[in-house]
Amino acid sequence: MGTFAFLLLAALLIGSALTVILHPNPVKSAMALVATLFLLAIVFVLLGAHMIAVLQIIVYTGAIMVLFLFVIMLLNLGDEEAATEWRRRVVLRGLAGTVGGIVALQLVRLIAGAPLGRMVDAPEGYGGAVLVARSLFTDYVLPFELTGLLLLVAVIGPVVLAQRGGR
Amino acid sequence: MWTDVGIAFAKAFAAFMLILNMSAVLLWVERKGSALIQDRIGANRANIFGGLLPFNLGFINTLLADPIKLLMKEDAIPEGADRTLHFLAPFLAVFPVFVTFAAMPFGDVLIVGGREINLQVAALDVGILYVLAMSSLAVYGVVLGGWATNSRWSLLGAVRGSAQMISYELALGLALVAAVMTYGTLDMQAIARAQGEHLGGVLPLWGVIYQPVAFLILLIAGIAESKRVPFDLPEGESELIAGYFTEYSGMKQATFMLSDFAETVVVAGLAATLFFGAWQVPFLARDGWHLPGGLFLAMPHLAVVGLQVAAFTLKVFLLCCFQILVRWSLPRYRYDQLMDLGWKFLLPLALANVVVTAVVIVLWAS
Amino acid sequence: MLDQYIGVLFTFVIGAVVVGVMVSASALLGGRRRTPVKDEVFECGNPSSGPARGRFSVQFYLVAILFIVFDVEVVFLYPWAIVFRELGVPGLVAMGVFLAILTIGLLYEWKRGTLVWE
Repeated sequence: MGTFAFLLLAALLIGSALTVILHPNPVKSAMALVATLFLLAIVFVLLGAHMIAVLQIIVYTGAIMVLFLFVIMLLNLGDEEAATEWRRRVVLRGLAGTVGGIVALQLVRLIAGAPLGRMVDAPEGYGGAVLVARSLFTDYVLPFELTGLLLLVAVIGPVVLAQRGGR
Repeated sequence: MWTDVGIAFAKAFAAFMLILNMSAVLLWVERKGSALIQDRIGANRANIFGGLLPFNLGFINTLLADPIKLLMKEDAIPEGADRTLHFLAPFLAVFPVFVTFAAMPFGDVLIVGGREINLQVAALDVGILYVLAMSSLAVYGVVLGGWATNSRWSLLGAVRGSAQMISYELALGLALVAAVMTYGTLDMQAIARAQGEHLGGVLPLWGVIYQPVAFLILLIAGIAESKRVPFDLPEGESELIAGYFTEYSGMKQATFMLSDFAETVVVAGLAATLFFGAWQVPFLARDGWHLPGGLFLAMPHLAVVGLQVAAFTLKVFLLCCFQILVRWSLPRYRYDQLMDLGWKFLLPLALANVVVTAVVIVLWAS
Repeated sequence: MLDQYIGVLFTFVIGAVVVGVMVSASALLGGRRRTPVKDEVFECGNPSSGPARGRFSVQFYLVAILFIVFDVEVVFLYPWAIVFRELGVPGLVAMGVFLAILTIGLLYEWKRGTLVWE
């Protein structure tokens, strides 16, 4: 039952991921990415990481993809160029596909060949809100503060860039 | 195992029916209530079989006639519009909102045949975050709605609408942080149960007493999220025709309208659960009434459950009515006023509320 | 814990079915008479002023970016809100530093005029 659910999810994930890269319409591509990220969150739930799943939906699917959509829509990116440049498109896709395929193959070999670690029981409440919270603010306080600085840069940067061109 | 699955399905179905029917009732309240406020009669022209029947169902005629009319309308899609997105937009406007109800507790426990059923579709330990996550997905309905129809004015309404929604989502999230801090958990059923205490045995210690500011911010941000008046510029009823959902006819338009009411119900549900004790009835515990002065009245279990579910429904309904009242009382905010309110007032206020709550709680505890 | 998500799954399925039927109902039940006028976009009777695609104010992007940043801030606040009692004053200080950094960002945006809409 669990395997079936996972296989179904994996098939949907791969399908929507392929739609992202293959679909000519950028808006539909972006929506396929939204679907992919949502399905990924479901995979997280299946792995027991509920907190991260929900946070992924809030931040990634709910915020970052909205920005993507804004950019695509407001920049008026049209559909991919039509038949005249299909040769170039085929060459580029072939190149990207080959490189991607090599990387994926190496990854699979790495994971398949890795020795099976010692299986440890996950602590009670693993993946839940409390454990994530506790470890975040005790073991990982420094990365947390650095993230704050990174966010500050993210706030100031776009404004500087945007207004340099405009004004 | 199959009994558990069946129970889960029954709960999901019941919660769905609750929100769907509440939306329908709200439609009735909205139209007749607004008529009352505006000193007019409201829709009363619909008739069954031209008045041949000896009874008249009154306003129910209109409630029956409207959906039938909308069902039979042609699904007109403008030229150049994208068919898939045209279907997806109303779907995404409503589906995430309906789904948030999975985390809301509508009762305590129902003990049937030795089985304790938690009256909540899913007892998620990240309940509040789940509600926030699903509400954040509702933005896509607006964004796609304007884009899919290839209409410049719809797109303008859509972009404004989504910018408004995301701005107020921040204030909403922060207000809820304060509520979570008070109870120390994201599980909504646990928060509901924690509001059963009474101050001095008399005053029910509901969330609004601990976090009045958070409640106000939730209400304002919630009304802005559902793009109701006074924040309905993206819909712009007298300006942009129907704003981002102009080019949708028939049931697609009905679905967009439904998203308005569904969001209202969700905001009311959140407020009721976090700030008004969800299903808690003052002085009612699982076994009966514990009245001030030491009086104890035992109550059969089913009666207690019935009262609690009714209490939740009533609270949600009243909060929805309040939102409807606000709609028909206030003029519309201008867009820059709207964004100012979200970023320069509510956001700092919510942040300050969080900080103050944190300091107070930590200092009090030590 | 995982078995709670069965309820969520059912809610998703029921929701998808109901909303899907609602949205496609008109397409199936409604009439189908295409006329050239119906194909045009509605602009209060004016002839169409052109396709929807055009450039929009950069302010919308900035709002979206600011939203992302502050959404991440809110997302960090939630785990902290659950455990801050155990963390005591050190936790308060840690989150306080974080909030202060981001408040500086907000104030910067405010002074810079990004939050002002024309």
